[in-house]
Amino acid sequence: MQKMLTIISNVLRGSASRNGARVVVSARTYADFTPQATFDIKKCDLHKLEEGPPLQAVLTREEGLQYYRTMQTMRRMELKADQLYKQKIIRGFCHLYDGQEACAVGIEAGINLSDHLITAYRAHGYTLTRGGTVREIMAELTGRRGGIAKGKGGSMHMYTKHFYGGNGIVGAQVPLGAGVALACKYLGKNELCVCLYGDGAANQGQIFETYNMASLWKLPCIFICENNKYGMGTSVERAAASTDYYKRGDFIPGLRLDGMDVLCVREATKFAAEHCRSGKGPILMELQTYRYHGHSMSDPGVSYRTREEIQEVRSKSDPISMLKDRMLSNNMASVEELKEIDVEVRKEIEDAAQFATTDPEPPLDDLCNHIFYNDHPMEVRGINPWSKLKSVS
Amino acid sequence: MAYLRSILRSGKNAVPAVLRREFHRTLPAAVQQVTVRDAIKEALDEELERDERVFLLGEEVALFEGAYKVTRGLWKKYGDKRIIDTPITEIGFTGIAVGAAMAGLRPVVEYMSFNFSMQSVDHIINSAAKTYYMSGGLQPVSIVFRGPNGAAPGVAAQHAQCFAAWYGHVPGLKVVSPWSAEDAKGLLKSAIRDDNPVVFLENEIMYSVPFEMSEESQSKDFLIPIGKAKIERKGNHVTLVSHSHVVSRCMDAAAVLAKDGIECEVINLRTIRPMDMEAIETSVMKTKHLITVEGGWPQFGVGGEILARIMEGPGFSYLNAPAVRVTGVDIPMPYAKHLEENTLPQIKDIVFSVKKTLNV
Repeated sequence: MQKMLTIISNVLRGSASRNGARVVVSARTYADFTPQATFDIKKCDLHKLEEGPPLQAVLTREEGLQYYRTMQTMRRMELKADQLYKQKIIRGFCHLYDGQEACAVGIEAGINLSDHLITAYRAHGYTLTRGGTVREIMAELTGRRGGIAKGKGGSMHMYTKHFYGGNGIVGAQVPLGAGVALACKYLGKNELCVCLYGDGAANQGQIFETYNMASLWKLPCIFICENNKYGMGTSVERAAASTDYYKRGDFIPGLRLDGMDVLCVREATKFAAEHCRSGKGPILMELQTYRYHGHSMSDPGVSYRTREEIQEVRSKSDPISMLKDRMLSNNMASVEELKEIDVEVRKEIEDAAQFATTDPEPPLDDLCNHIFYNDHPMEVRGINPWSKLKSVS
Repeated sequence: MAYLRSILRSGKNAVPAVLRREFHRTLPAAVQQVTVRDAIKEALDEELERDERVFLLGEEVALFEGAYKVTRGLWKKYGDKRIIDTPITEIGFTGIAVGAAMAGLRPVVEYMSFNFSMQSVDHIINSAAKTYYMSGGLQPVSIVFRGPNGAAPGVAAQHAQCFAAWYGHVPGLKVVSPWSAEDAKGLLKSAIRDDNPVVFLENEIMYSVPFEMSEESQSKDFLIPIGKAKIERKGNHVTLVSHSHVVSRCMDAAAVLAKDGIECEVINLRTIRPMDMEAIETSVMKTKHLITVEGGWPQFGVGGEILARIMEGPGFSYLNAPAVRVTGVDIPMPYAKHLEENTLPQIKDIVFSVKKTLNV
């Protein structure tokens, strides 16, 4: 029986490939695991909406394993980045996402890869769910030629298909995302754009300008505020006259939900996506979530909040633990199976870190390339007048 | 009025003072008189027709037909989807336009004045100009930002700044500053077809000025390459380098100086970035004297850049006198007419500077 179980779970794991890619696998299993279960999820707070997302979510075993794997990969990847940063192999800005995994994974589960997504600088998790590999992400953090942006962007400037970064200027990504949504509507492909920002960015003027235009022009845009309670070192109460971020869209309908529960996030995202695709215009979601690390690697994260608070969230609301408990207590997976996933994830991260530390940096020839797209080669002035550098597209 | 008259006089040939307002015919005929405004509109019309992904957005571009009537008739022809009126929210609509460009459309953003683009400058630079580089070549941004730049009569300090030097500073942007109708049409078409962010600096004073458009320039595929200057007038004694409405001044000054036997070579930069230094150097090697003439402020300006490059390049050893700049006065633009006139380079200022440089 045990051998059978291992074979089955290996087959399933093998086909549940990397990252956040959605894999449809037959629910047939010979083991006595529960193939799927229905869970009660917390009700969302609603703004200008008659009804909200359903109060129950169906989770299949395959989905559960996939969410678990992706969240665990994300968690381990961020912790490895922490390690590499402390060893000074990663430099500059590094904003880690651990604690918020349910947001990225839940959102991706509620949309398609053919939809679009844009976020701010706390972007490693989304780069993963949108199709980037751990190798490419880590090599970009260490500034190597194998990085997803060839080592030229760094932590805050990672891009992949239908993922527009990684944006360093707080709030700028919101009108950009609405612009992507405009293109979706213009091109008529029934795609939408998920546009993320934090509680700190939520007070930016350009966001309100965007709410106005997105609403006027009925753009298929899901605005999502990841409220992790602190904008850098400033708690929400000290930055916002109204901390009901889901209501700040005023004329835009809004939802507030538990961002630590991947099923809650998924159901709300599906609900929001349906709203957009039916031509009703934008919708706003506020995910209440938490980051374990400080704002960035140069912030220990304890001068403006207590260690007790961080510990309490870790023990009571950790997104990965929550999913794990649900699956184990409903016999949807075994402890060994999940441990095996952990081992595989650890290996993947180690391999990626190995690559990221040994891959060479981009060659100096690449310094001036990629200034213009689809253009003839040009000369770029170097540091002194005798230094004439070459740039190609 | 005298200012306007002098601009009119300096069109390629003498032009009638009566300004025609009819919509330009699309059938190419012989040489025709076309205003800069109509040339811009033709370029927009032709590019909208040619590529479904091109669309315009900005304040008053649709129903109002453009604050300066540049987009007259376009909304009626192309409708709401392609010609979009925005609320007065520059940073928001610029961000939206850049996002649309990232997702594959080809927006043309109009600023009612480039002075208002200061609100959007973060998106022009951080979201548009730098993105192709930061993404290691993954994410191009095909977008044009256009509108009137620099001086306009009587609009005073907050509406008269020239942004050529500001945008010209930024790698990842192309910055174009047309003078004539032909410039405007050919360069705008090139800008829209260019897959990169282009800042297109028009000038309100030039909108109503008619120029001769050759038969070739009336074709729907007439393009002027970005990055190439044009010699508007050949001469042997001194090189005058200018852009935008100030080229008219240089042509006028050249006509005055010709009476004294001084032949100026007038170079119309056409593009600020990438700048055509080769054209300037070739001219300087011939004339041995250089004066840059611009409407913008002197410090860290277009002229400053040209002079620095001449110092660093082959042109320096040909100079018989120090190269100098003629610029706007280093003050915010005043309102009173007499003060305004004394803030921008006039014919007499250029003539004076040429004679000083030539030591005559």
